[in-house]
Amino acid sequence: MTVQELPGAAAYRPTPPPAWKPLTDPAPLLPDPEPYRVLGTDAVADADPELLLRLYSELVRGRRYNTQATALTKQGRLAVYPSSTGQEACEVAAALVLEERDWLFPSYRDTLAAVARGLDPVEALTLLRGDRHTGYDPREHRIAPLCTPLATQLPHAVGLAHAARLKGDDVVALAMVGDGGTSEGDFHEALNFAAVWRAPVVFLVQNNGFAISVPLAKQTAAPSLAHKAVGYGMPGRLVDGNDAAAMHQVLSEAVARARSGGGPTLVEAVTYRMDAHTNADDATRYRGDSEVEAWRAHDPVRILERELTGRGLLGDDGIEEARVAAEQMAAQLRERMNADPVLDPMDLFAHVYAEQTTQLREQAARLRVELDAEQDQPEQHSADDRGTGR
Amino acid sequence: MTTAAATARERTAKAKPATMAQALGRALRDSMVEDPSVHVLGEDVGTLGGVFRITDGLAKEFGDERCTDTPLAEAGILGAAVGMAMYGLRPVVEMQFDAFAYPAFEQLISHVAKMRNRTGGAMPLPITVRVPYGGGIGGVEHHSDSSEAYYMATPGLHVVTPATVEDAYGLLRASIASDDPVVFLEPKRLYWSKADWSPQAPAAVEPIGRAVVRRPGRSATLITYGPSLPVCMEAAQAAVEEGWDLEVVDLRSLVPFDDETVAASVRRTGRAVVVHESTGFGGPGGEIAARITERCFHHLEAPVLRVAGFDIPYPPPMQERHHLPGVDRVLDAVARLQWEADN
Ligand SMILES: Cc1ncc(C[n+]2csc(CCOP(=O)(O)OP(=O)(O)O)c2C)c(N)n1
Repeated sequence: MTVQELPGAAAYRPTPPPAWKPLTDPAPLLPDPEPYRVLGTDAVADADPELLLRLYSELVRGRRYNTQATALTKQGRLAVYPSSTGQEACEVAAALVLEERDWLFPSYRDTLAAVARGLDPVEALTLLRGDRHTGYDPREHRIAPLCTPLATQLPHAVGLAHAARLKGDDVVALAMVGDGGTSEGDFHEALNFAAVWRAPVVFLVQNNGFAISVPLAKQTAAPSLAHKAVGYGMPGRLVDGNDAAAMHQVLSEAVARARSGGGPTLVEAVTYRMDAHTNADDATRYRGDSEVEAWRAHDPVRILERELTGRGLLGDDGIEEARVAAEQMAAQLRERMNADPVLDPMDLFAHVYAEQTTQLREQAARLRVELDAEQDQPEQHSADDRGTGR
Repeated sequence: MTTAAATARERTAKAKPATMAQALGRALRDSMVEDPSVHVLGEDVGTLGGVFRITDGLAKEFGDERCTDTPLAEAGILGAAVGMAMYGLRPVVEMQFDAFAYPAFEQLISHVAKMRNRTGGAMPLPITVRVPYGGGIGGVEHHSDSSEAYYMATPGLHVVTPATVEDAYGLLRASIASDDPVVFLEPKRLYWSKADWSPQAPAAVEPIGRAVVRRPGRSATLITYGPSLPVCMEAAQAAVEEGWDLEVVDLRSLVPFDDETVAASVRRTGRAVVVHESTGFGGPGGEIAARITERCFHHLEAPVLRVAGFDIPYPPPMQERHHLPGVDRVLDAVARLQWEADN
């Protein structure tokens, strides 16, 4: 028996409670149940061929970047690499839809988005190489530091976008998060703040199926992650994350909406992580080959290539050109990553406070003495380290 | 006549009793007038003026874009402040009560404290987090925590706590002006303490990181801060009758820590008691005692003692007087300083 069916319910509630009025009509906020697609559908006729070709070359470069970075972990040049192979369409589209004045808030998996936005590939990798936390000036590139604690960068994006709007700048912030990250409190708080403040933010969830080993079904009971938007009062959009054209279109619309004062949007990209969580993960423990193979058929690079060649926009020459450009990038990356970074241990104390405390000055002096002693007896030291494990 | 003397005379002329709460409000207002990038945000800080009325009038004067009632979510508030600071604003965040700042710890520790370091100095975050802290106001559960040890243990944060009306103004101004994040701990039981202080007259902006000797003495040093300063001053007064001339050092800043002032005092007196409300085990007093021992061992006539809150969750208000270190407990410790090796 529902509340309405209770005997006499109508008599007790002749009018709605006085304070009650719906704040928002939910219907326009709800995502379509099917992920939006462009490639292989009629919608592709509206897509700008030049944009599609640009996306293609970026995807090819992005794929190569992923395979190269993964190879660098095997050579001990990177401490860890969370590959975005399979997710390049999301990464590239996120970067390309932003204007120069806009801000990108990437997670640890989104190195490629930062590189596609124009960040030097080596600067983008310092965190994962382990020499410096953030190898670039975030303000110069308008790319926030790659964020490791899940979803914590989302409220930053909201605050930055809000501040920009207060200053009268038409700046948009695009913040990226994984499916697992949507369970974090900061995700909810960020979406709520953004909606209440009508902040010019785009939240991009890359639903790649897993949070390390945990599948989406154990992460959420929602119909989709895009559905979460309606509860905050913002539109949710579900999009095929392997369809670069669809990604670009949906994100562009969300950016335009934000820029024109329409408030935030939550975009869920349905995609798949082809590699393991990082090079240190064993994905065979939690997923089978057949699932991975099924997604391989929907590879973002291949489906765009097929579309472009099918429509006569791309020929063997074009494919080769993109491949060569990607190889050049990879060769440069390899070469530059082969050089050991030069580190100054005294930097450890340099950027804790604007002005070093006396305590830090004392500690820095102590380290200085240790370093000088090391310089005096370099051989004995390294022998010690190796021999005794001290 | 020196300018300082003239200023002092002018101030005494205009001075009338003002509370610490008023001085804090005045510091916020003056900062907002001087620097348009200063924004206040938090729960109920706008129309209501904060549950302690510290932000009273700010929304009216500066509009709700400069003094903003946020949704009720501490991580969101502080996280948004991070983004605002990234874009060049100077956010001042109010956490409603000490124990309600805990949801924001992730943002505080992983981002606020570390952003300068993570970006190699490229992106400092000038955020002030105001936290009313400590007990003694009859608050029920979760309204009386002293969380300073958590903040102190986090490199990258300044931790500041005023104990006087003048310092409330001067240190808050300095905190807001600081390019580093500051956790500004407001001893809520001193909110209504008064001093002859004129908000109209030019007031000192106190640099962060300097302790001050509130009462000179020769027999022993009481080292304290925030809500325990009045307790120590009273204890020092009472100790005179026992023939003890106590020096009282008000730390004002826990990070950076003013080793110099503290050590100089202890070297003079040869004895020290650290007094604070927060728990003793793992509390600030252990750190302070260790620092004193390292620097002043040969000057010490007795072990450094601590008078702290008990190592219990903050008690219900009807029991809090048993927990809070009072004058008797301080005097008892002073008596124990007459220490001999066979004790
Ligand atoms: C607050 C927090 N908790 C746990 C972790 C450890 N961790 C790193 S990645 C990860 C899974 C994240 O999955 P998802 O959000 O789906 O992103 P994906 O790795 O798939 O891109 C976990 C649990 C973390 N980084 N931060």
